[in-house]
Amino acid sequence: MEPLLRVENLRTVFDARPEPVVAVNDVSFEIRKGETLGLVGESGSGKSVTAFSIIGLVQEPGRVVGGKVFFQGKDLLALPENEMRAIRGAGIGFVFQEPMAALNPVMRVGAHIAEALTVHGLASRHDARARAIELLRAVKIVDPEKRVDDYPHQLSGGMRQRVMMAIALACKPPLVIADEPTTALDVTVQAQVLELLRDMKREFDLSLLLITHDFGVIAETADRVAVMYRGKIVEQGAVRDIFRNPQHPYTRGLLASIPGGEPGTRLKGVQSEEHW
Amino acid sequence: MVTPFVEVRNLVKHFERGGGLFREKSVVRAVDNVSFSVDEGETFALVGESGSGKSTTGRCMLRLIQPTSGEVWFRGENVLGFSSARMRAARRDMQMVFQDPYSSLNPRMRARTIVEEPLVIHSIGSKLERRDRVADLFTLVGLDPAHLERYPHEFSGGQRQRIGLARALALNPSFIIADEPVSALDVSVQAQVINLLMDLQEQLKLTYLFIAHDLRLVRHISSRVAVMYLGRIVEMGRTAEIFANAQHAYTRALLSAVPATDPDAPRARIELNPALVNRDAPLREVSEGHFAAV
Repeated sequence: MEPLLRVENLRTVFDARPEPVVAVNDVSFEIRKGETLGLVGESGSGKSVTAFSIIGLVQEPGRVVGGKVFFQGKDLLALPENEMRAIRGAGIGFVFQEPMAALNPVMRVGAHIAEALTVHGLASRHDARARAIELLRAVKIVDPEKRVDDYPHQLSGGMRQRVMMAIALACKPPLVIADEPTTALDVTVQAQVLELLRDMKREFDLSLLLITHDFGVIAETADRVAVMYRGKIVEQGAVRDIFRNPQHPYTRGLLASIPGGEPGTRLKGVQSEEHW
Repeated sequence: MVTPFVEVRNLVKHFERGGGLFREKSVVRAVDNVSFSVDEGETFALVGESGSGKSTTGRCMLRLIQPTSGEVWFRGENVLGFSSARMRAARRDMQMVFQDPYSSLNPRMRARTIVEEPLVIHSIGSKLERRDRVADLFTLVGLDPAHLERYPHEFSGGQRQRIGLARALALNPSFIIADEPVSALDVSVQAQVINLLMDLQEQLKLTYLFIAHDLRLVRHISSRVAVMYLGRIVEMGRTAEIFANAQHAYTRALLSAVPATDPDAPRARIELNPALVNRDAPLREVSEGHFAAV
């Protein structure tokens, strides 16, 4: 069966002097229906640029220079901007790391959700409010009838991330891309948001591309994982296989960097590339 | 009884908030009657989530902010009673390493000047002696002395944290408060800095107060731990004991929220119901050296 998303040999560069920087270098992966793929890597590995390349939102001076992104059979990289706009939100929803930066501070929570619905013609302005309350309830916000009129600053970090989820789910997209959705959160709030992600995936029949630097988040949430290093996927496979039997020295090093072995011992960490 | 190396007694820090023309002032109890002691040569961890008061506690101990009340005993003296001149001298022995290696280093100063500054302030050594000392410190934290003339932006995050560490070590302190020293760093870089902190502790016989939110890290490097929740210590004891046998509802919830590093590990999330936490329960010894506010 054709996967929901198939990325083939994606290549994104940032124009710079003396030579362009290759942020995404020949990246290929696929996400099947109902599956969560974790894309894990450290800062500068190209994991977020990969996500932005898929949805056509790479900012200047970056540009996608090669590859194909098939989503529901269409090559997104070949689509004109107006068709792409219809895909964003309705086909692919996103949740960003910093909900405060992604939400408009002078727009009420309900208005954010209503906008997502009306832009895609999925609700009249009149119905939008009721739908917004419904969605807030779905992402387990207490007192949704009241919260719908709140401004983003009136919400806690965890609640903002729930609102982001509600916006992402508003148009019932089959795929959601979540870019470090729990990085800015406290550990107990992170656990709640991860649980919500798993619940939403089931209830809304979603596929997920989960971008993170934290192998713990991967272990909790993903079915398969792709490890990125310097713009390339160096290893991918089922989560259990990667954890039990990592093949690439970088994957092994990343896993050995997580404290968890014998307390007080030196952490093995990532060996420098010349030893690979 | 042996006097503890560092002892914090009934530390309180209240912040007043608001108080406009038509608004009542409110008081935030950031640190609410906190007591603990740190033994010489150990790593004692203060762990908690944002707003728990862990960083404020550390800052009060070095009087970077002025506590509302309480005592901080260091080598048999209460530093909260020190005059400002005396405090300045005492700080030679108690230093702080900060979380953010981007904002804690002056961007207009060369690495050399940043590391040398404490020596200059305390008028230690001649110019030449300081030059040698700074180069030694650079080597000690694993940096190349050839890069001494560079500015902070020319270093990576991990290297900047090493510069901050070199600066903290310049005056040969015996006690270091490390406030989330690796939380802004990538995982692989974190591992390197953690290894360095452990090496330096052994080499220089340092005592650490390690302030952190990452329980995996705390379990790895600390001998004892105090868990803070809403300005109070709710549980304290040997790290292995706390992780194996947590008594307080908050500690249990916190431990159960840590993402597993094993995809097959059973997920048993314990949710905290804040309404069921008795905030006024005093710490009591539940087993030897293990205290919990239950």
